[in-house]
Amino acid sequence: MIRLDGVAKTYRTRKGDLVHALAETSLTVGENEFVTLVGPSGCGKSTLLKLVAGLVPVTRGEIRVRDQVVREPFPDVGFVFQQPVLLPWRSVLDNVLFSVEMLGLEPRQYRKQAGDLLELTGLAGFETKYPHELSGGMQQRVAICRALLPDPGLLLMDEPFGALDAMTREEMSLELLRIWEERRKTILFVTHSIPEAILLADRVVVMSPRPGRIARVIAVDLPRPRTMDMEFDTRFKTHSDEVRSLIFSGRKERG
Amino acid sequence: MKAARGLLGEALVPVGTLLGALALWEAATRIFRIPRFIMPAPSAILGEGWEWRYRFIHHTWVTLYETLGGFALSIAVGVPLAVLIVYSPLLRGALYPLIVLAQSVPKIAIAPVLLLVLGYGELPKMVVAFLVAFFPVVIDTATGLNATPPELLDLSRSYRASAFKTFLKVRLPMALPFIFAGAKVAITLSVIGAVVGEFVGSDKGLGYVILSSTSYWKTELAFSAMILLSLMAIVLFAAVSLVERLACPWLTPEGEA
Repeated sequence: MIRLDGVAKTYRTRKGDLVHALAETSLTVGENEFVTLVGPSGCGKSTLLKLVAGLVPVTRGEIRVRDQVVREPFPDVGFVFQQPVLLPWRSVLDNVLFSVEMLGLEPRQYRKQAGDLLELTGLAGFETKYPHELSGGMQQRVAICRALLPDPGLLLMDEPFGALDAMTREEMSLELLRIWEERRKTILFVTHSIPEAILLADRVVVMSPRPGRIARVIAVDLPRPRTMDMEFDTRFKTHSDEVRSLIFSGRKERG
Repeated sequence: MKAARGLLGEALVPVGTLLGALALWEAATRIFRIPRFIMPAPSAILGEGWEWRYRFIHHTWVTLYETLGGFALSIAVGVPLAVLIVYSPLLRGALYPLIVLAQSVPKIAIAPVLLLVLGYGELPKMVVAFLVAFFPVVIDTATGLNATPPELLDLSRSYRASAFKTFLKVRLPMALPFIFAGAKVAITLSVIGAVVGEFVGSDKGLGYVILSSTSYWKTELAFSAMILLSLMAIVLFAAVSLVERLACPWLTPEGEA
C-alpha cells in the first residue's frame, strides 16, 4: 500500500542551517498492515507521517501510496494527533462530521455512520455534548471517530495516546485494536512507548535520531487478538529487549 | 439557595462600601462647608442631574451614537486589517509599522486636526473614537488567528480544504474569544475617544456638558455627566460581554457559570 524509496527530508531553519530530519529511508507497508514507528525524539517519526500524508514535500526519493506518487495531500488519509484538537464550539457529533465537511462531502449523509462510530467507541449518548464536557480519553475517541468517518484506507496516528494517563492509554490501545479488527485499514502509528509499539503492531519500525533513520524493522511474533497479558509472554520480552537495545546502543555510540 | 445567599453576601460588601463612602462625602461637604463648585455633595449632584434629566437624554444619546459609531468602525476596520496582516507577509511588512505608528501618536493631539478637516458634526468624534479603539482589535484578532493549533491546519490541509474554508470553519471561530477580548477593550476606549472629540469642539454630548458646565462653575452638573458616562461605559461593556457569551458559549462551562 505504501512504498518509500530512498526518501529523505532536509529542513532549512530560519538561521539558514540545514537539519537532516530524515536520512534516506526505504520501507514498504502492506494493505491493512498495522505498523508502529518507535524511537526517541528527533528521529523523524512525525516527519515521516507528514511526508506520507503529502503535507510536506520530500527532499529526495519518492513515496507511493497505492502506486500513486504522493506530491500533495490526498483524500484517502485519516490523521490523529497527540492532542485531540477538537473544535470547542461544535458538539461531539458535529466534530466527527468535520472531516467529511472539510472533504467537501455532504455531512447530512454521514450522520448515521457518525452515530455508528460513536457507538463503536463507546460514546453513544454523547452526540450533543461539547468537548469541554468530556475527559481526555473521550475527546481522543472523538478525534479517532472524526478520522475514521470518511472511511480512509490509511490511518496516520502521531502519538495519539501520548497525552493520556497510563490506564486510559492501555484501554485505548486495546480499543483501537478492536476497531481495527472491525474496520481493517493500513495504520502507521508513531509512539514513544516500547510496550505500546509491540502490543499493537504487525511490524515495529525502530528509528534512531540525528539524522532520523530506520535502525531495524521487527516483525512481531504474537497472535491476534492481542491482550494485555501478552506483556508477560517471553516473545514480548524478547522483542522489547531488542527494541530497547537498538535505541540504547544508538545513544551510547554517540556518547 | 446557598448560591443565592453567597451572591447576596458578595454584593453586600461593595454596595455597603459605596454607600458608606457617599455618606462620608455628604457629611464632609456639610461639616466643612466645602464650596459646591469645588466639591459638590452627592445630593446636590443627584438633584442637578434630575433637573437636567430631559436635556441629558439628548446629550447621552449623542455621545452613545458617537461611541457606537467609533466602535463599529474599529471592528469593521480592525478585524479585516488583522486578517490581511496574518495571511500576507507582504502586507504584514507594509501595514504593521504603520499601525504601530498610528497607535503611538497621541490621539488627543490629532483630534483638533481631525475636527478641522472633517467639520463639526458627529463624524469626527466617531473617527477619534475609532482611532483610540482600533489598535487592540487588530492586535487581539491577529493573535487569535495565529492561535489555531498547527495540527488543525495540517488536518484541514490533509482534507484538501481551501484556505477560505479553513478560515471560515476553523481559524475565524478559533479567534472569536480573542476578538471579543479586543472588542471589550475597544468599547471602553471608544467612550473615551468620543468624549475627547467633544472636548475639542462640539455643542452637544456629555463631554460638551462637562466642559461647558465647568466653565460656568457648575461642578455638580459636570459630576452628573461623569456619572452618566461611567454608567454608559459599564452598560456597553456588559453588552459586549453578553454578546461574547452568546457567541462563544464554550468559554463558560456549565459548571462554572
